[in-house]
Amino acid sequence: MSGQAAVRIKDVFERTRAEGRAALVGYLPVGYPDVETSLRAMRTVVEAGADVVEVGFPYSDPMMDGPTIQQAAVTALEAGTRLPHVFDAVRTVTQAGAAAVVMSYWNPILSYGVDRFAADLAAAGGSGVITPDLIPDEADEWMRAADRHGLATIFLVAPSSTPERLAMTTGNCRGFVYVASTMGVTGARTSVGAGARDLVGRARAVTDLPLAVGLGVSTRAQAADVASFADGVIVGSALVAALGQDASSENPGDLVNLTEVVTDLGAGVREGASAGRR
Amino acid sequence: MTPEPHRPENPPRPAPPGVGIGRFGDFGGRYVPEALVAALDELDEARRKAEVDPDFTDELLRLQRTYTGRPSLLTEVPRFAEHAGGARVFLKREDLNHTGSHKINNVLGQALLTKRMGKTRVIAETGAGQHGVATATAAALMGLECVVYMGERDTQRQALNVARMRLLGAEVVPVKNGSRTLKDAVNEAMRDWVANVDSTHYVLGTVTGPHPFPEMVRNFHKIIGEEAREQVLEAVGRLPDAVCACVGGGSNAMGIFHAFVPDASVRLFGFEAGGAGIDSGRHAARFSTGTRGVLHGAATYVLQDDDGQTIESHSVSAGLDYPSVGPEHAYLYESGRATYAPVVDDEAMEAFRLLCRTEGIIPAIESAHALAGAMKVGRELGPQGVVLVSLSGRGDKDVDTAARWFGLLSAEDLVEEQELKASEPVAEADGSGW
Repeated sequence: MSGQAAVRIKDVFERTRAEGRAALVGYLPVGYPDVETSLRAMRTVVEAGADVVEVGFPYSDPMMDGPTIQQAAVTALEAGTRLPHVFDAVRTVTQAGAAAVVMSYWNPILSYGVDRFAADLAAAGGSGVITPDLIPDEADEWMRAADRHGLATIFLVAPSSTPERLAMTTGNCRGFVYVASTMGVTGARTSVGAGARDLVGRARAVTDLPLAVGLGVSTRAQAADVASFADGVIVGSALVAALGQDASSENPGDLVNLTEVVTDLGAGVREGASAGRR
Repeated sequence: MTPEPHRPENPPRPAPPGVGIGRFGDFGGRYVPEALVAALDELDEARRKAEVDPDFTDELLRLQRTYTGRPSLLTEVPRFAEHAGGARVFLKREDLNHTGSHKINNVLGQALLTKRMGKTRVIAETGAGQHGVATATAAALMGLECVVYMGERDTQRQALNVARMRLLGAEVVPVKNGSRTLKDAVNEAMRDWVANVDSTHYVLGTVTGPHPFPEMVRNFHKIIGEEAREQVLEAVGRLPDAVCACVGGGSNAMGIFHAFVPDASVRLFGFEAGGAGIDSGRHAARFSTGTRGVLHGAATYVLQDDDGQTIESHSVSAGLDYPSVGPEHAYLYESGRATYAPVVDDEAMEAFRLLCRTEGIIPAIESAHALAGAMKVGRELGPQGVVLVSLSGRGDKDVDTAARWFGLLSAEDLVEEQELKASEPVAEADGSGW
């Protein structure tokens, strides 16, 4: 079977840098509120301005997620979401012109088969995988599989990461680095800590990879703020909440809330332009 | 367009510092968010130093003697043994510890470590409530703030322990997501820990989770087997033929197994919750139907579906109702050093009844699984056999469950009980009147 060609993460960040802005990375779980709607929502997110889409795979025990994404995972699993739906979502995102990365807890990938997952994801046009509960210390098999299939390994760094671990973790990242803005789980916050700026600074000292900041960003102003010092702004729960509103609205098909939120955030990543960017 | 370019132009990957740490064969490890790694490293360093620091070990020993009540007794149970093939059966009486189970061994150790690390708040997950009660107890003793996460379903079936924790000054948070049992309480405790790791130590209650928990918790419990080994030698002049323990996460089992692992003549038996029966699908028999996987930070055996989604476990015993198991047990299982078998609810409750009637000891329903297993092992060994059983906890907390199971209360009593629960849901009572 001839695979779908991936949109290279490197190209995305080169383009956004050339445009003097940060990339907008949008997260949605496949299968929420049902598989068909989630695919449409992902296409909508790309059309409304996301440069990268994180395709989340709903998991029964989402240790790193706050209430919004936990609830979406429950809904998605109840709606019958299975792992191969991830590849459908990735194909949808890639065809719409954005880079698709999967965000999944480790056990579903392990269960599917690490190499098989990497092969199927690459064939679907996926660019990489974010692994919130897999650190490089445990990722030897994954990194070899990712290398074999040309997938980016995107690990997280956190405010608590020591200088040694920052260097080691970013050294094992490909594509971009996921910078966790705060110590905590996913979900909208009223402020994205000053810790994020500090952590981005510390990471810059040890890597040339693009740095994308996630956890807590939900508004245009926050996106603009983060875009002033980071290469990418990751938004998850705010998109899930908007999609939830659309799904329960009178016209669940038009996804107006989702479109509006993404458009707004897209403006945000442009407003935050250049200030601290290299 | 070409795929993401990798070899050879990518730089070589730097080797992580902790490769292979905390492994029992293929099992264990650290499958956690990066945010927790610093805290796990800090904990690992603190407990390694403490294990060889007389200031720490002396203080722990003092508490074990003057607070817990160690060494715990070894009790021979001849009337019960008549139902176990006539083998000699000895119970290691962890039920007589302060707070009523083995859980206090681990909790006192971790609470002392919490103070050594300069932290002021502890959190814990609990299933049956025994670990939560033990943690609340240690927190009260040492002046630590304490929050216990407990699945909402467990708060209902173990309401007495919820009240105990609140009496001790702990905040009990009923967890309403997922299956509303132990696994979801662990998830919620992990989320709390990630957000509050500077001030907070997570007193994980069993031999699972990310390194160093499985090894550290086992070390705090290994005194069970060390004492029992000496006690059995003294009582019968030789080692037992078999050691039996129930296995939820597996802390009492690792505690009693550890000292016997080098004794090749001693067979080790772990009994899992067979629930309503393996064929029913409603059980917690990880070694019978589970497969290799990762849950709550450790590579181990997990009840999971084809997509790696955790399958909900079931047991009459809240403390064994857990879809995963400590990684060292997975290692002992695959290496063949220990044998694991399911005990169904009916068998456990029959052993529960027998011990009450023949020996005047009301066991925890968790421990009744070990008793039921020991009856089978004893029959296999015959009158020459010597069987050591970990009686990991006492059954006070299970009286309500047992009364319903055996129909000991009148219908009116039960109705009143249910109305009480319905009118004062545990979830809404925060104990703030205290």
